[in-house]
Amino acid sequence: MVPISHYTILSAVLFAIGVLGVLTRRNVIVIFMSVELMLNAVNLSFVAFAKHYGEATGQVFVFFVMTVAAAEVAVGLAIIIALFRNRETINVEEINLLKW
Amino acid sequence: MQTYVIWILLCPLIGVLINGFFGRRLGRGAHVVACGAVGVSWALSILVFLRVLNGDALGVDVPAKLYSWISTDTLNVVVGFRVDELSAVMLLVVTTVSFFVHVYSIGYMRGDPGYARYFTFLNLFVFSMLVLVLADNFVQMFVGWEAVGLCSYLLIGFWYEKKSASDAGKKAFIVNRIGDFGFLIGLLMIFANVGSLDFYFVFRDAHNLPQATVTAIALLLFVGAVGKSAQFPLYVWLPDAMEGPTPVSSLIHAATMVTAGVYMVARCHVLYDLAPAAAAVVAGVGAFTAFFAASIALVTNDIKRVLAYSTVSQLGYMFIGVGVGAYAAGIFHLMTHAFFKGLLFLTAGSVMHAMSGELDMRRMGGLKRRMPVTAWTFVIGAVAIAGVPPLAGFWSKDAILDAAFHGHPILWAVGLVTAFMTAFYVFRLIFMTFFGASRVDREVEHHLHESPPSMTVPLIVLAALSVVAGLVGTSEQGGIFAFLNRAFGDVEGHEGAGGKLGLMAVSVLVGLGGIFVAYRLYLARPYTRERAARPGGALHRLLSSKYYVDEIYHALIVQPVSRFAGFLWDVIDSLIVDGLVNLTGLFVKVVSWVVSRVQTGRTPFYATSMVVGTVVLLYYIIR
Repeated sequence: MVPISHYTILSAVLFAIGVLGVLTRRNVIVIFMSVELMLNAVNLSFVAFAKHYGEATGQVFVFFVMTVAAAEVAVGLAIIIALFRNRETINVEEINLLKW
Repeated sequence: MQTYVIWILLCPLIGVLINGFFGRRLGRGAHVVACGAVGVSWALSILVFLRVLNGDALGVDVPAKLYSWISTDTLNVVVGFRVDELSAVMLLVVTTVSFFVHVYSIGYMRGDPGYARYFTFLNLFVFSMLVLVLADNFVQMFVGWEAVGLCSYLLIGFWYEKKSASDAGKKAFIVNRIGDFGFLIGLLMIFANVGSLDFYFVFRDAHNLPQATVTAIALLLFVGAVGKSAQFPLYVWLPDAMEGPTPVSSLIHAATMVTAGVYMVARCHVLYDLAPAAAAVVAGVGAFTAFFAASIALVTNDIKRVLAYSTVSQLGYMFIGVGVGAYAAGIFHLMTHAFFKGLLFLTAGSVMHAMSGELDMRRMGGLKRRMPVTAWTFVIGAVAIAGVPPLAGFWSKDAILDAAFHGHPILWAVGLVTAFMTAFYVFRLIFMTFFGASRVDREVEHHLHESPPSMTVPLIVLAALSVVAGLVGTSEQGGIFAFLNRAFGDVEGHEGAGGKLGLMAVSVLVGLGGIFVAYRLYLARPYTRERAARPGGALHRLLSSKYYVDEIYHALIVQPVSRFAGFLWDVIDSLIVDGLVNLTGLFVKVVSWVVSRVQTGRTPFYATSMVVGTVVLLYYIIR
């Protein structure tokens, strides 16, 4: 039996990697992947706690998160493609039209 | 009787509503509604007068109440009517003159674009004046008092496209406002001291008040009368009010509205009897104004303004009368004056009508040949005002002079001098306008014509009234004096039978003397264009510039007020008020500029902020 702490530490590490990816990378696709990583880190802790407490709620939430993530991927990739068609770049440093 | 009175009031009001809402569609039919409404009021007023003549009355012995208007713990205002001998006479005078002025206006205002509007205002005026006259409490009287002021303003500025007319309207309104302010304070003092504003209670309880309070109240009410009845120093609006249509000058600014002050003093005779000092002020102001205005009229060349100053002067006469306690004489003069001055104004209007709006007497002369009816009715009015027996003005003027002679010889002397000047200026007007050689411009002379019957018939009727109206007051014991004194109670009747004939002879001689001097100066020596152009002496300059009163007011009041208003505009409004508003806007603008710098548009920056924010929040929550 793997103790709960292992799962939570793994989850935290994955989440931190996701955050660092979002903050440091320039490529929009990579940032996008990092966001997915953060979502799945959260999913991991959800199922871990669900198992630990013997409750189904956390598992149900995981399904919701996965559904939302799938929708987000569809929309997000569409935005990225639209951006690329217009700006010929996927570097976030160069995408800065929406300001004062 | 109450039903009659209600309909007397309602008829003009219905006329206002019909003409006000549908007047444009009625077009020339507007005058049918207006004249019909006032005609019904007139007929009913005669009925009411006859009832009062037989001893009937309304609201004298008990407070009259039609309905309760304002009802609180302390203040109760009812709407009700007081019909006694005094208001019956006023009712008759107001509706009679109103009716004939309405008829006259049909001809005078023909073709004016504001035809229906004119009759709406005129009906509204009649309604307001009747509210004033029939009121049985001070609040209702004040409502009428203000409403006639409003109608006066509307009608003076009737031709509002003309700058001088709209200015004159404003001047009348503002000057009246000064007087009305005093009047209002008087009302508040009455309420504070008596606890009621009903005539019935006020006059019943007035003798319980301290002398000083009654005097203050009486003086404050008189301030209102000074404004409304154009007495010195608030008379300045009346000559300017001549900018309005002439029938308006006749009805409002000669016969009815301006006499409201005299009526008010007579109505409050209980208060003035209790406050001899205030009554003396009334008589003094009246005498001074009578002399002052008559002296200006001596040299005025504008036909309507001569009559305007004459009105101010005659109102002064009435105030002498009511001031010395001869209330019946004052009201009698009010009545005769309404007829002959209304007539004089209407004839002046007829002259204007024929002369294409020309008002300067120096450009008239010899009009008698072309407009005989106008000329001769004017002469009748002039003889009446000059105080030649047996016409109306003689009897009423003599009654006032007679009352003044007993106890106030100075007022009598002033009145006598004024009577001389009155006879002089009014006959100067006649000789310059209707007699002598013509000084009329060629193109005006070409279409000089007598006025249509709708104008001349009222002239003839009013001329007839000017002849006979005085005959009701030939005896101090009977006629109108006995009738009115029923309302004024036991006014001390002065035993003047002995010297009366002598006094009469003196005033007749004075009147004839004035006429004779005018004849010598303006008819025996032909008044030519050259003579008209010659400059006068110092006294003439002083008089013809109206004692520089308008200039003094301009310098003392208008200028400082307008400069203060300019200061308020430039400094308080533009600088401080607008400044504060603009400062608020500027503050928001600056802050939003600073805050908007956060929106860099760079996604990594947003992401970093979000993470940092989340970490900080988590730290605070978990800690």
